[in-house]
Amino acid sequence: MSSHAAAAHDDGHAHHHYTTTGLDNRKIAVWAFIGSECMLFASLISTYLIYKGRSIVGPFPHTEWVNEAGRVFKPILDIPVTSASTFVLLMSSLAMVLALQAVQLKGVPLPADAGWWTRAQRSSKGWLLMTALLGTTFLGFQAYEFTSFVHEGLTIKTNLFGSSFFTLTGFHGAHVTVGVLWLVTLLFIDMKRGLAGPADELNVDIAALYWHFVDVVWIAIFTLVYLIQ
Amino acid sequence: MATIAAPSYASAGDAYAENTGIWSWITTVDHKRIGTLYLWTALFFFLVGGLEAVLIRTQLAQPNMGFVSAETYNQLFTMHGTTMVFLAIMPLSAAFFNFLIPLQIGARDVAFPRLNAFSYWVYLLGGIFITLPILFKVAPNGGWFGYAPLTTNSFSAGPNIDFWVMGLQILGISSLAAAFNFITTIINMRAPGMTLMRMPMFTWMSFVVQFLLILAFPPITIALFFLLMDRFFGTTFYAIAAGADPLLWQHLFWVFGHPEVYILILPAFGLVSEVLPTFSKKPLFGYNVMVYSGIMIGFLGFGVWAHHMFAVGMGAVADSIFSMMTMLIAIPTGVKIFNWIATMWSGEIRFTVAMKFAIALIGMFTIGGISGVMHSSPPADLQQTDTYFIVAHFHYVLFGGSIMGIFAGIYYYYPKMTGRLMSETIGNWHFWLTFIGMNLTFFPMHFSGMLGMPRRIYTYDAGQGWDLFNMMATVGTYILVVATSFFVVNFLRSRTRGAVAGNDPWGGATLEWSIPSPPPEYNFAQIPEVTSRYPLWDLKAPEKTAGIDHSHADAMTITDAHAVPVHEETERHTAKELGIPMPLPTAKPLFTALSLVVMFCGLLFMRNDMFAVAMTLILGGAASMIAGLYSWLTSPLE
Repeated sequence: MSSHAAAAHDDGHAHHHYTTTGLDNRKIAVWAFIGSECMLFASLISTYLIYKGRSIVGPFPHTEWVNEAGRVFKPILDIPVTSASTFVLLMSSLAMVLALQAVQLKGVPLPADAGWWTRAQRSSKGWLLMTALLGTTFLGFQAYEFTSFVHEGLTIKTNLFGSSFFTLTGFHGAHVTVGVLWLVTLLFIDMKRGLAGPADELNVDIAALYWHFVDVVWIAIFTLVYLIQ
Repeated sequence: MATIAAPSYASAGDAYAENTGIWSWITTVDHKRIGTLYLWTALFFFLVGGLEAVLIRTQLAQPNMGFVSAETYNQLFTMHGTTMVFLAIMPLSAAFFNFLIPLQIGARDVAFPRLNAFSYWVYLLGGIFITLPILFKVAPNGGWFGYAPLTTNSFSAGPNIDFWVMGLQILGISSLAAAFNFITTIINMRAPGMTLMRMPMFTWMSFVVQFLLILAFPPITIALFFLLMDRFFGTTFYAIAAGADPLLWQHLFWVFGHPEVYILILPAFGLVSEVLPTFSKKPLFGYNVMVYSGIMIGFLGFGVWAHHMFAVGMGAVADSIFSMMTMLIAIPTGVKIFNWIATMWSGEIRFTVAMKFAIALIGMFTIGGISGVMHSSPPADLQQTDTYFIVAHFHYVLFGGSIMGIFAGIYYYYPKMTGRLMSETIGNWHFWLTFIGMNLTFFPMHFSGMLGMPRRIYTYDAGQGWDLFNMMATVGTYILVVATSFFVVNFLRSRTRGAVAGNDPWGGATLEWSIPSPPPEYNFAQIPEVTSRYPLWDLKAPEKTAGIDHSHADAMTITDAHAVPVHEETERHTAKELGIPMPLPTAKPLFTALSLVVMFCGLLFMRNDMFAVAMTLILGGAASMIAGLYSWLTSPLE
């Protein structure tokens, strides 16, 4: 048997098999999954855009609405607050990149004269925690947004805008929630036995692919739903 | 390879022995066994869907029949379509994906064996979920296309449509999981030297189909999710009174629905592309063009969905564009037809049953294709839409195409799956009766359709010129019942009484024929290094392939110490003797699939004011699914 295969036996299951491309199977599967998810969100976003301006009753996203009783409903989307939550989610992607880098740098000796930033870069637990916290903060913003919309008179049943808005952003929120649970699981493993080596690098890499994808989708949603009037 | 001692696998002990008990099937992660499970289950559902068709045709045999009620009729035609599309033809194709893809590309299993088992169990449970209600007369009754707003609460109260919505969501999960698996398998598990342009045509067409699956299923998932939200949680996606667009469902459904047509037909195209060269003793004519036209069909398949909607009034521009796209897609399809004919041209043709079914596909599919091009023209379509002409068209495509191709595949690969050949005598009865019955059933529908007989009516008055054609179709259906009985007998009987097949009963060209039948659990004792498209022909009759361009390389293109040149494997060992690590059997995929279906069952109770039951099932199902997934992902594969 070749030395390649013999070596593969030593480092556990992740690099066990010969593959055509040299990439791990899971990485290809995750890319295929992301491709499929694109169509999922494309369908949701298209529906939102098709239904834009078709609601018979308010509240509306960007314009004021006065109901029969004379009550005035302000434009419901709060762009400054959502800009802040978007910033938080973008920063979580940065933290995710640093988390992956920290895992990849395990085993590389730290220079004796390393400064605080070089040391901080090595903390996979810290960056995983940071990513999860920023993700949770984003979810907190969304919970606040949903609650205040309901108080202002917009529910999922109110009109086409409510149905398509809550379903679209709710779908995205569910994806972020899955991502946070995934990150917490990785953090838990890191605390229990330490994430290191090619197999774990791949584990974090795959989680990062998913996380960045969910982030990119939000950029599309933020632009198309919030910014374009 | 064989000299390596593998102490870490020794502990699995008897797991490697050929085990045939029920538990071994429940826990299997072997792609060949899962393929077999798919085949049996899908054939069962094919018979169920066929029985529904028999009841439909009996009701329509004569004018004003009272064999079934209008409501039962609605449930029958809805379930006939749903069963044949989602529970019969797609999983019959999946049976071949599972069984064949790893064998054709020289792999020992699929990329994710346990995910593969999960796909099967979700399919089985989803199939039961959507089929059982018909026994209680609450089966889905909104057509296989389930047009909203017709299927919203306002027009379809009651649980019928709930079963349909959730059943299709469950089946979608199965198809998507399987597609991720096969994409990865084909990209990443090919034997050394098996370049993309050396892959067997069935694997190529399957590859295209997996991409169609992952891109076409999300739109219907979302459409169904909207419908589910409308029905259970009061959203307004399909509520016309709230300003909803009555065409939203149609667009989302057909963005899925038209690629779905190619999901149903391309695997059959792949199967006959294996059968025709073998029984013509000639390489497939125009291999490259066959690949490109398959990819082209896949691409264009996403741009023709609105030809199902010419009658809704989309306007001249949209109608023209979709009309032209539809005419365009006939070109790559026609290329395939001509290439198959050219493959047979001046070949040494052997008319086996598999070959007859393959040739029948060429003829019958062409008829369905031509009637398809006819209604690609909106003015013609406006006359034909919603009539029996359309029913005739798509049955020529799906029965004359998909089913004929799948039968060709079953006769061709049965010896590889079971080690024994099916009877050619009974097979001939099966073929000719199927051929006659199919044409007698569906050809007259062209005429009744042209004379204006609408689809989906449960009965009709005499004197409209439809009587004879309907009686012919019903007689044809009964002939198909007899034909299918021949198949069932042949299929069951040949397992023990068929002639022993050996490695290569037909003189095939591709890797699956180089190993014993049925293949050992590890498939290939030594991974073959592939140097051409027809490795077995190069091995057995090099003088015949010498002059033909078939992507042949004289020198080894890739060197890998795992691999040896393509050779015939005749000895049978256990994986343990050879030191080949095999995935461990596990029931966790089944457990996870079961939990998933329990979750969906919970939603059903939401409507009956049994909130506590609903939440118990949903939360209990979710918790046990997470537990199942966790246990699955943290246990080693092999």
